[in-house]
Amino acid sequence: MNIKKILPQLLTLLVVILIFGFFSYNAQVNMENRGITFGYGFLSQESSFDVQFSLIEYDGSHSYFRAYLVGLLNTILVSVIGIIFATIIGVVVGIARLSNNYLIERTAAVYVEFFRNIPLLLQIFFWYFAALRALPLPQDTEPMFGVFFLTIKGFFVPAFVWNNLDIFIYSIIAAIISIIFIRIYARKKQENEGIQTPVLSISIGLLIILPLLSFLFGGVDASVEVPVIKQLSQSGFTYEGGIKLPPELISLALALSLYTATFIAECVRAGVQGVSKGQKEAAASIGLTPNQVLKLVVMPQALRIIIPPTTNQYLNLTKNSSLAAAIAYPDLVLVFAGTALMQTGRAIEIVSITMLTYLSLSISISIFMNWYNKKIAIKEK
Amino acid sequence: MNKLNFLQPDKNNLNTYLYTGTILVALSIFIVFINSFFKKDLISFLPGSISFFLPLILGFIGLHLIRIDYSGLKFLDSINKNINTNNFNAFLSLLIVFVVIKSLPPLLSWFIIDANIAGDSKDVCTGSGACWTYIKIWFNRFMYGMYPNAEQWRINLSFIALAFLGTIGFFATEKFKKYLTLYYVVVYPIIAFFFIFFFISGGPIFFDFSYGIIAAVISIIIGFLIPSKFKMYYFIIVPITLYILLKYVFFYEELIELGKLEALEWVETGAWGGLSLTFIVSFFCLIFCFPIGLFLSLGRRSDFPIIKYFSIGMIEFWRGVPLITVLFMSSVMFPMFLPEDMFIDKLVRVIIAISLFEAAYVAEVIRGGLQALPRGQYDAAKSLGMGYWKMHILVILPQALKLVIPGIANTFLALVKDTPLIFVVGLLEIVGMLNLAKTNPEWLGFAMEGYVFASVLFFIICYAMSKYSYNLEQKYKTER
Repeated sequence: MNIKKILPQLLTLLVVILIFGFFSYNAQVNMENRGITFGYGFLSQESSFDVQFSLIEYDGSHSYFRAYLVGLLNTILVSVIGIIFATIIGVVVGIARLSNNYLIERTAAVYVEFFRNIPLLLQIFFWYFAALRALPLPQDTEPMFGVFFLTIKGFFVPAFVWNNLDIFIYSIIAAIISIIFIRIYARKKQENEGIQTPVLSISIGLLIILPLLSFLFGGVDASVEVPVIKQLSQSGFTYEGGIKLPPELISLALALSLYTATFIAECVRAGVQGVSKGQKEAAASIGLTPNQVLKLVVMPQALRIIIPPTTNQYLNLTKNSSLAAAIAYPDLVLVFAGTALMQTGRAIEIVSITMLTYLSLSISISIFMNWYNKKIAIKEK
Repeated sequence: MNKLNFLQPDKNNLNTYLYTGTILVALSIFIVFINSFFKKDLISFLPGSISFFLPLILGFIGLHLIRIDYSGLKFLDSINKNINTNNFNAFLSLLIVFVVIKSLPPLLSWFIIDANIAGDSKDVCTGSGACWTYIKIWFNRFMYGMYPNAEQWRINLSFIALAFLGTIGFFATEKFKKYLTLYYVVVYPIIAFFFIFFFISGGPIFFDFSYGIIAAVISIIIGFLIPSKFKMYYFIIVPITLYILLKYVFFYEELIELGKLEALEWVETGAWGGLSLTFIVSFFCLIFCFPIGLFLSLGRRSDFPIIKYFSIGMIEFWRGVPLITVLFMSSVMFPMFLPEDMFIDKLVRVIIAISLFEAAYVAEVIRGGLQALPRGQYDAAKSLGMGYWKMHILVILPQALKLVIPGIANTFLALVKDTPLIFVVGLLEIVGMLNLAKTNPEWLGFAMEGYVFASVLFFIICYAMSKYSYNLEQKYKTER
């Protein structure tokens, strides 16, 4: 071992240890001065604050851990909504960017350039403070299709009231499992005999028929609960029944999906353009129909380019959803790193839990992506 | 005269199809135009739904009629090729044209026709349009935050001087070209720092920071005289020693007092704000995050396990958490880690936090460039007897950085777009100022104008940056 190899490493290690030692020593002194002891025991204490919007039952008498769960679920909710809409808009715009129609291509380009060059926070503020504030009051709202009410207090949509919901869910799971088996079977048949099975139409059929059967024979029953206007005071109205989507959620989901969609659109465009022309021509020359060319040759190769950066965008969207704190949507950062921190004063514990939550999420996704990339990478002989 | 088949227009009856089609398309656009700009419904005598869809149907038939391949008319061919290739495309094109015509009048009236800009109170804003008076009155605040009006010339002067010094590269003669990198990486940031430290702040805000800067300057100057064999250890040891010497031995506070311009009033960082703060934060973060990112990316590819895993840890940590939690950490958790009597300014904390955060992204981008280089480049450099640093500075990095210009530009763009987040620690750059102005009781209800104004500003800045990076990419593109 020569000194040239060891010295830099030792120095780095020394500096890191020194910095950490310095920080932890100070932290200890500071906490002693303020009379707090380090520990995560506070998580089981009563939280005694309320949260505006929660997916699980929660009020002030629940523990801080429950408050953490409420925040986490709200973060996941807005991320999932954002991811779904961002994917739909992104794919449509990405394909529009490739259109041979000049007007469509330009419109999509303007959309992409415009929305991705404006800070996300500004867009969230715009939707929340400017655009959604222009909506009518509950009592002046015209219903859309008779059942949807878009008001300044939020978006009121009808809710389904289910009987035997579990059987319905089992039927969907059964449909999905059978679709997976059919795909495997179809693939084997394709490889062994070269015969194509219409997987898509069978899948759609299964997805419709099995839940339908559960309605007919499984005793599943659903009715719709339409929101009804209700007077609270002289001039205060609201809607009762159905599901209320608060304006914070709407503006956050809207801004997140419109912003992230621009990046997904560029990923889609790059992916489809990344498939060389020769591939399409070769596929056409061996007699595949245009649909088969798209399904069997272009899409598998394009997806290989599209999926990794798109997953990255999903991750970005999830991390960006923490901007919710700016408009008081009760996500993880606002509920836990905001309100709970103010109440307990346990800065180190709470900020570390919040960071670890995001960190574990993104590291698990990146491990999954590494595995996926290895799996789909072209195996050169 | 050939038989007319309206379902399949062909070249033989070109004129008939062309005239009928053009008239139909023009008619449909005319109806929508009149309806939209003059609020007159020309076809109101028809029943509701038909009169709603009639322009679309007319235009669709018209476009179908003029869809003639190889007509020989250049204009017609180009229209058919670009917006009218098949029925579906024709339908979408028509829809886009109609939507644009429909949305122009409301937009125009909001932005210009019904908007107010005269006067200096909100009373003049009675129309249905935008109230640009609000922007006019608050313009100063949106640009400079709470910085005292009488002192704003200091910000202007600093920015003009820095902009001028920044463009010097374009005017440099051949003789000085080789020093440009040194200038931009070392000299320019230091000049900028002194401008902001002595001129915009005018006071003792960056204390600790400036010990470090001065130590770095002295050590770099001496560094040129040191034999290259010891350079690496030198750059680790000397700045730290100098820093400690300056702080505890040489009574540095008195040096600072000497350098302070007595005539300038001290403005604390809490009063800085508006667009100028956006620029200051993004400028410093940009300067700091690039070298940190560069070292992290080199560290991640290093052969030394400790350095390698330290770099991986740093990169993955900062990339895994949202910026807002990093800022939370810098504002509520970081003071717990410092001695009781030590205080670091809010702005400095924010700049360090954002720099570290973006450095992780820069590191990953640069790593992409390093990985893209063929092994032969490393082997060739080594076979010439180059050491690690010489090989990287002369051979590897110039090529790798060229490859990743778009990626780095994207990271810098993200940085500029992330600056509004500093509202978390209570610093109000332009978006924060907008939110403050919005809640002013005298000026309630003008949120839209403010956000539109800021959006336009950010769009101009970011779009210009992305176009510039595209130009750079084209300029440095080399055949491989």
